[in-house]
Amino acid sequence: MITSILVANRGEIARRVFRTARAMGMRCVAVYVDADADAPFVGEADVSVRLPDNYLDGSAIIAAAQAAGADAIHPGYGFLSENAGFAQAVRDAGLVWVGPSPTVIETMGDKLAAKDAAVAAGVPTLPSTTNPSNANAIGYPLLVKASAGGGGKGMRIVASAAELDESVAAAKREALSGFGDDTVFLERYVAKSRHVEIQILGDQHGGLVHLGERECSIQRRHQKIIEESPSPVVSGQMRADMGDAAIALGNAIGYQSAGTVEFLVDDATNEFYFLEVNTRLQVEHPVTEEVTGVDLVREQLRVAAGEELGYGQDAITFTGHAIEARLYAEDPANDFLPQIGTVEVFEPAADPPVRWDTGVETGSVVGVDFDPMLAKVVAHGPTRAEAAGRLALALERLHFGGVITNRDFLAATLRSDAFVAGDTTTDFIDRIAPNPQLHLNNAELQGTAIAAAMWLQGRNRANAPVLASMPSGFRIGRLPPQSITFQQGERLVSVSYQRQRNGTFAVESLVSPVDPDALGAQSQGEASASVAVVKNWADTHVDIDINGLRHRARVSANANADIVHVQSPRGTVTLHVLPRFELPGAEINTGGLVAPMPGVVLDVRCQPGQAVNAGDTLVVLEAMKMEHHMDAPADGVVAEVRVSNGSQVANGELLIVFEDQTDA
Amino acid sequence: MERTLLAPPLSSHIDTGSEAFRKNREDMLEQIEVIDQLLDEAAAGGGPRAFERLASRNKLPIRERIAAVLDPDTPFMEISPLAAYKSDYTIGGGMVVGIGVIAGTECVIMGNDPTVLAGALTPYAGKKWMRALEIARDNHMPYVSFVESAGGDLRISPTDPDVDPERVPNGLQLDHFAQTGRFFYELIELSKLEIPTVCIVFGNSTAGGAYQPGLSDYNVVIKEQSKIFLAGPPLVKMATGEESDDETLGGANLHAEVSGLAEYFAEDEMDAIRQCREIVSHLNWRKPGPDPSFDVVEPEHDPEDLLGLVSRDLRQPVDVRDVIARITDGSRFEEFKARYGPTMICGWSSIHGYPVGILGNNGVIYPDAAQKAAHFIQLCNQIDVPLVFLQNITGYMVGKDFEADGIIRKGSQMINAVSNSTVPHLTVIIGSSYGAGTYGMSGRAFGNRFTFLWPTAKIAVMGPKQIAGVMSIVRRGQAARKGIEFDEEEDAIHVRAAEEIQERGSLALYATGAISDDGIIDPRDTRDVLGMCLSVVGNTPIEGADAYGVFRL
Repeated sequence: MITSILVANRGEIARRVFRTARAMGMRCVAVYVDADADAPFVGEADVSVRLPDNYLDGSAIIAAAQAAGADAIHPGYGFLSENAGFAQAVRDAGLVWVGPSPTVIETMGDKLAAKDAAVAAGVPTLPSTTNPSNANAIGYPLLVKASAGGGGKGMRIVASAAELDESVAAAKREALSGFGDDTVFLERYVAKSRHVEIQILGDQHGGLVHLGERECSIQRRHQKIIEESPSPVVSGQMRADMGDAAIALGNAIGYQSAGTVEFLVDDATNEFYFLEVNTRLQVEHPVTEEVTGVDLVREQLRVAAGEELGYGQDAITFTGHAIEARLYAEDPANDFLPQIGTVEVFEPAADPPVRWDTGVETGSVVGVDFDPMLAKVVAHGPTRAEAAGRLALALERLHFGGVITNRDFLAATLRSDAFVAGDTTTDFIDRIAPNPQLHLNNAELQGTAIAAAMWLQGRNRANAPVLASMPSGFRIGRLPPQSITFQQGERLVSVSYQRQRNGTFAVESLVSPVDPDALGAQSQGEASASVAVVKNWADTHVDIDINGLRHRARVSANANADIVHVQSPRGTVTLHVLPRFELPGAEINTGGLVAPMPGVVLDVRCQPGQAVNAGDTLVVLEAMKMEHHMDAPADGVVAEVRVSNGSQVANGELLIVFEDQTDA
Repeated sequence: MERTLLAPPLSSHIDTGSEAFRKNREDMLEQIEVIDQLLDEAAAGGGPRAFERLASRNKLPIRERIAAVLDPDTPFMEISPLAAYKSDYTIGGGMVVGIGVIAGTECVIMGNDPTVLAGALTPYAGKKWMRALEIARDNHMPYVSFVESAGGDLRISPTDPDVDPERVPNGLQLDHFAQTGRFFYELIELSKLEIPTVCIVFGNSTAGGAYQPGLSDYNVVIKEQSKIFLAGPPLVKMATGEESDDETLGGANLHAEVSGLAEYFAEDEMDAIRQCREIVSHLNWRKPGPDPSFDVVEPEHDPEDLLGLVSRDLRQPVDVRDVIARITDGSRFEEFKARYGPTMICGWSSIHGYPVGILGNNGVIYPDAAQKAAHFIQLCNQIDVPLVFLQNITGYMVGKDFEADGIIRKGSQMINAVSNSTVPHLTVIIGSSYGAGTYGMSGRAFGNRFTFLWPTAKIAVMGPKQIAGVMSIVRRGQAARKGIEFDEEEDAIHVRAAEEIQERGSLALYATGAISDDGIIDPRDTRDVLGMCLSVVGNTPIEGADAYGVFRL
């Protein structure tokens, strides 16, 4: 009997486990590090215990459980979730470990051992080797993977023998920094493949079922971003075959709790190969929950407490289709680089009804310390098309601002013909290349900017320290109209407006490129005149009628009101207000290489006076546990190197200064 | 509990379908159209070429400078925008004066229009400038000046080769030099009164102009643009023979780095405007007057109806309560002595949440009406409530019965109360404003805080017919005394001419051209203009009078 559970994790998964645990009558204990002190999950727990260093400090976590009176520990995913030593230590401390046995974790945690177990259980596998000199036997392209890894870290595609050494070295470095073990192995790379996994669930009494498959093929940087169940390509027979294979392996290793058997499916042949077993709850577990109606956390907790599953495979049914999208703070337009910042607003719309498993809320800070996943959004519908549409709409209707995310990219993916057709292979993103960002045409941008201008004027009036009840921009005599200019991406949109006696606003708007000389800059648009009627203003939205088209735009802004987030029907549009006055000397130095995010310099590959060519890697930065190669943007000469190996750099910090070419 | 006056809304029924209403409305809209065109003309200043010349030097027109210094979406009330109407000078007089909000602070803003005579001070600009200083002093508001002036208008005559035949008879006489220059005295007096004065020098500020930064608390100069000297290079050459150039004689660098005249050095105009806003933001401005006491509620009756209320023929009666019902919060009005002295409507209401006592005319002022007004003004002073005067007044009643009833004594009681009242007075002339009525209803000469005119208003010592008729009677008497035959035909010509001239001279546009008021407003703006003024006057404490002159009770 578990009465109080500690979740040795953070963010959305901590909240997810709390939700079910509370429903089962358990008290909830959180652990947190200083960077998470203000995170929502900390406040929501019944008791929270600060960890001195990090979430990998098993003894501190066990001490926390004891101090807070918890009788079980749920590890979530990541961190210590697949750490056999920790699982054992939890048990040794007399606490319930919510997960499979330490032995199973240890065996399955070694990918090579896991593969051997699969072979022994008669499950098909891909050819692989631990010896790079055997690479040719596997053939190119091949994949270098960290033996202890997971989640795509320490994983690289190698296209040819020439890249092998560098890739193995990089994978080893990442594996060492990420998992404390630099063992890597090579495996055949199936270019057009799918990633399909089977959820299994076992108890301590020999009960073992599978809950169907999840397809997790839409990936970037080898990390999943869209997952679904069922897979659009898995037939009933194939599901049964894969399920049987998973059960066979699970039985062979005596699996208990929730786990996942991952398979690679060759898109050309529909043959499947065992990849690995994840001995934990998966990020994408909700899609399985939605189609089966089984609460996997509840089952984990029941099984951990010693209960029997109480049902067999026949009891598992599948209803409709569920799709999950992972909302990340990352920039799809810039190689999905993680982004940081403050979430200025996070407000899912009430409709359509979808499941939000979120780790952040308005005001949360997204830092460099952790994986930048903000939320999981799960839609369940009678059909795949309906679930995809619902999920896309939910993402589009999310009012979000403050950090660059993959939201628009996810929505574009879900709306793409290829996705709807089920053409979801692991190379989907390279192949289909959904729009990385929401792109508005000039007219849409103007409409959005007018809504923002009208909301801001209402805000200015509402906050006026004097003369607050006067009509907006009241004039006796003649002055030029009110005007404001916004920047959105590469475009500027200026809006000038004058309130009319009847309360409407005569508006002129004009779109122009930020840099009129930039290649591909859109030509200066025509100034367009409109009549805007502010039907209703509130600090959360504006009901606005522009030339007869009325809609309610949810609007929010940062504290200075110089960044405005406007909800358009296709998503949140973030507009930067150009300052009315520029402070002298505020120009930014652009003649150099600037850190795209905070991190540590791993390797400086140039020195002052060196001539470099465009594309040469000059600095390798480690941030968010990933390596980022910073390349020379153009041919030139390095004037100054401001960092050295090991330097901690801040976002936007100038690393390399180039010589001014105009003097040459 | 909602904060509101408990008096019920006025019931006010106007037949907006009537022929008279329709005609009045058409006439009013026609006059508003005329005024709108004149406002456009004033905003066009010295014309497109002068504007192009400014733009070619990366300089902003004065109205853009002012728009840039204001907080976004805040109101701006220009003062006397149509000064110099039908005079020899550009309409507006080459200067913009107004009240606007900078960094959350209500300020008086004065700016030279460099497109008009290079900002040289016309007589009209001089009078507007004095008015700007007066508004700052009376209402205790920070004073911001955007200076760019060639100095005095040294031309022998401003005569235009195409003199407008409708120009003001005799024009406006220039004061003698010895009488001018009071603005400098007033400017430094503001500083003494702890009214901050901020001066941005956008261009030339020569001779007299140089004393504007000299006498201001805070000065901003602009790189390679501001030029401040007592005498420019030509006069220096004439006076001492010294050769010099603008920049070394009085450039921004000199004043920011050497002479110490400038506190702030700006890179360009927008930078100067930014610094001006920063200066005002540090003034720590606190209004001693009250915040609005009541919730702001729109009138129940539509202000649009104000367009059709008054006739061009001012003999047509107007019930001033119909005006009150369209400018007050929720149309509420608690009438005082409703059954006594009924030609003087007095009562309490609120406008934009500010409590007010309103006096309005429903006809000529009789002795009892005058006494009622005196009584009401005293009550408002007792409770520190500002007064709004809605003038539509031909004067105090004359004739035997009324002299006997003490019209002089009782009228004087009213004038005593008006003159010595110390709560702010706001006056709107909605129709006629004649003779002693102009004064008694707190006209400009009686030290009110603000005066506005409706477009069809008329202001004069008496009606044109009365003036012409009186003059005719005088002529007839002179002829009789001299024993010469009275020429009826010639007299008729004189009467017609006098009526015409007097009629024209009494029109609102001529009054506002002479800066006898703060401007002509669209009747529909009356509520908002008064609301803005009621906020502005709150920069001083609102305190009623403790003492009056002897009341001749």
